Amino acid sequence: MGDIAALFHGFAVALTPFNLLLMFIGVSLGVIIGVLPGLGGANGIAILLPLTFTMPPTSAIIMLSCIYWGALFGGAITSILFNIPGEPWSVATTFDGYPMAQQGRAGEALTAAFTSSFIGALVAVIMITFLAPLVARFALQFGPPEFFAVYFLTFCSFIGMGKEPPFKIMAAMMIGFALAAVGIDTVTGQLRLIFGWHELMRGFDFLIAVIGLFGIGEILLSMEEGLSFSGRSAKIDPKIVLQTWAKLPRYWATSLRSCLIGCWMGITPGGATPASFMSYGVAKRVSPNGTKFGTGELEGVVAPETAAHAAGTSALLPMLSLGIPGSPTAAVLLGGLLIWGLQPGPLLFVEQKDFVWGLIASMYLGNIAGLIIVLTCVPLFAAILRVPFSIIAPIIVVICAIGAFTVHNAMLDIWFMLLFGIAGYVLKKLAYPLAPLVLALVLGDRAEDAFRQAMLMAQGDLRIFFSNWLVGSIMALALVLLFWPLFSRWRARHRKPATTAAMG
Amino acid sequence: MSEPPQAPEPRAGGISTRTVEVVVALVIFALGALVVYDSRRLGAKWGADGPEAGYFPFYIGLVICVSTAVIAAQALFGRADKRDGIFVEWQPLRQVLSVLLPALLYVGAIQLIGFYTASAIYIAGFMVWLGKYSWLRSALVGLAVSALAFITFEIWFQVPLYKGAFNPLAFLGY
Repeated sequence: MGDIAALFHGFAVALTPFNLLLMFIGVSLGVIIGVLPGLGGANGIAILLPLTFTMPPTSAIIMLSCIYWGALFGGAITSILFNIPGEPWSVATTFDGYPMAQQGRAGEALTAAFTSSFIGALVAVIMITFLAPLVARFALQFGPPEFFAVYFLTFCSFIGMGKEPPFKIMAAMMIGFALAAVGIDTVTGQLRLIFGWHELMRGFDFLIAVIGLFGIGEILLSMEEGLSFSGRSAKIDPKIVLQTWAKLPRYWATSLRSCLIGCWMGITPGGATPASFMSYGVAKRVSPNGTKFGTGELEGVVAPETAAHAAGTSALLPMLSLGIPGSPTAAVLLGGLLIWGLQPGPLLFVEQKDFVWGLIASMYLGNIAGLIIVLTCVPLFAAILRVPFSIIAPIIVVICAIGAFTVHNAMLDIWFMLLFGIAGYVLKKLAYPLAPLVLALVLGDRAEDAFRQAMLMAQGDLRIFFSNWLVGSIMALALVLLFWPLFSRWRARHRKPATTAAMG
Repeated sequence: MSEPPQAPEPRAGGISTRTVEVVVALVIFALGALVVYDSRRLGAKWGADGPEAGYFPFYIGLVICVSTAVIAAQALFGRADKRDGIFVEWQPLRQVLSVLLPALLYVGAIQLIGFYTASAIYIAGFMVWLGKYSWLRSALVGLAVSALAFITFEIWFQVPLYKGAFNPLAFLGY
């Protein structure tokens, strides 16, 4: 019950006029970011992060998390109206959303998408409200071995659940760890991996990597496809909104299933993109209208949107309670916390009550604000997409460059941003996943510290990771996930001995 | 760095996926080897007071080398249908370079003449060259974006941006 009281206190923190204003600004910026190619939740927040350094942390995180909600909403607009997913997690929304728009039912599709997003997020926030304090309280007992085990689990689950080839996931992740190791070693004070180049002493900032990999990389990718937007305008009639809302309760089972898939994928670092695909796939298989999916079925919009938003929101649970982000965007928010001098993790719930509960309260309010804004302003946001790419592209490059520069006021960072952009383009085309790279870059130092402290406690004996049931079971689960690709390959081979290694 | 792989002649359509796959794997392998080398230099063993500075990165570098070696081997000797694709065709590659090369010039320009001037020229140039807009319109958009950035950063948020080695806007007093 103490949590409920804390939540209401949180509403009091979040409901100042200044914070409400930031919420609306944040959501609007977020939708714009979500609509534009090359700018997404992760790099959008990374670019705007330096501008919030002067704000109080609570206001800053409210604005930044609202940008995130806005970006989640925004992805759906371009998917449905233009068949261009503004964000990777809205790819599945195009399958049924775009056909609906072609049939003149764009308003219906958009309403369904926004409402489902809202419901998915709401369920996830409710889950965070009740689960996060429990997880945090539990995690207070964690020592270095347990923390390293949780980090290990996070990274192994990328390998176990990723669609990409396992060795590429591993390579991408390790590049992240290696980049994180560059600079001053926090324990011994020695300079690592800088090869006499003293400007590298600061190390590689993950914000630069995020802006380059996702921003510049994305622009190069969209340029290759020769993007030209030719969209239809859309207005949402209040009557259609009400009509669609009347239809939605029919799909309660799909919604519920998608929420569960989304929450699960968000907490484990599966992320919003696989969650949306999985949810679409499951809905297609289970629904009586499954065969009609892909031709403009309302249910085919509900399923991926609910799951994407549920996953995107619940990715903040491990970030807040354990200090381990569930997605690249959550990782950027975590970076923000560190910059504001807040140590994410279980102690946050004890030491920074105002901050945590203000943030959670703002998740409720931000999503309501988001729903109102997107339902009323769709034509405005759709108009942005009619600005030709040859104007948008250089402006986005300029914004990325400014964002990269303002992180440390370092010119060198802009060059690194370009380098990361080229790397992002090539790696993405070769199916190296970028999310584990970014997460490893963010968590590298902390994972290493946990590992070293655990090693110190045990005098170099690796058996400490199996010294009690808690750390042992986390490690065991992690190892299962790590070797999961091998196992599924073996199983596939045994089931169909004729085909060689039919695994994805 | 290892020698460039015996690249199969890229077919008329573009650069083959296999070539890129192997080159990228080798580049990452080289990075991994660098990490291993420097970690050994720092000491990757168990020191008097616990693990040395190179202890953790050493294994990271090792895993990079092993996994990229596997990736390269898979690309060279794996199933044909998986590796014989085309990474990028010439026409799209030209489009990608038409964004990338101006971006490189732009960052170089920032270094010399600062953010605001470089951005205005870059945006206007991009519009004229790739978008085929009129000079007037392009210049207006470029100037408008730069002015907006100036107001936002220098005045509103008081975050000074890089002014370049030769600051052409010095007369503004910022």
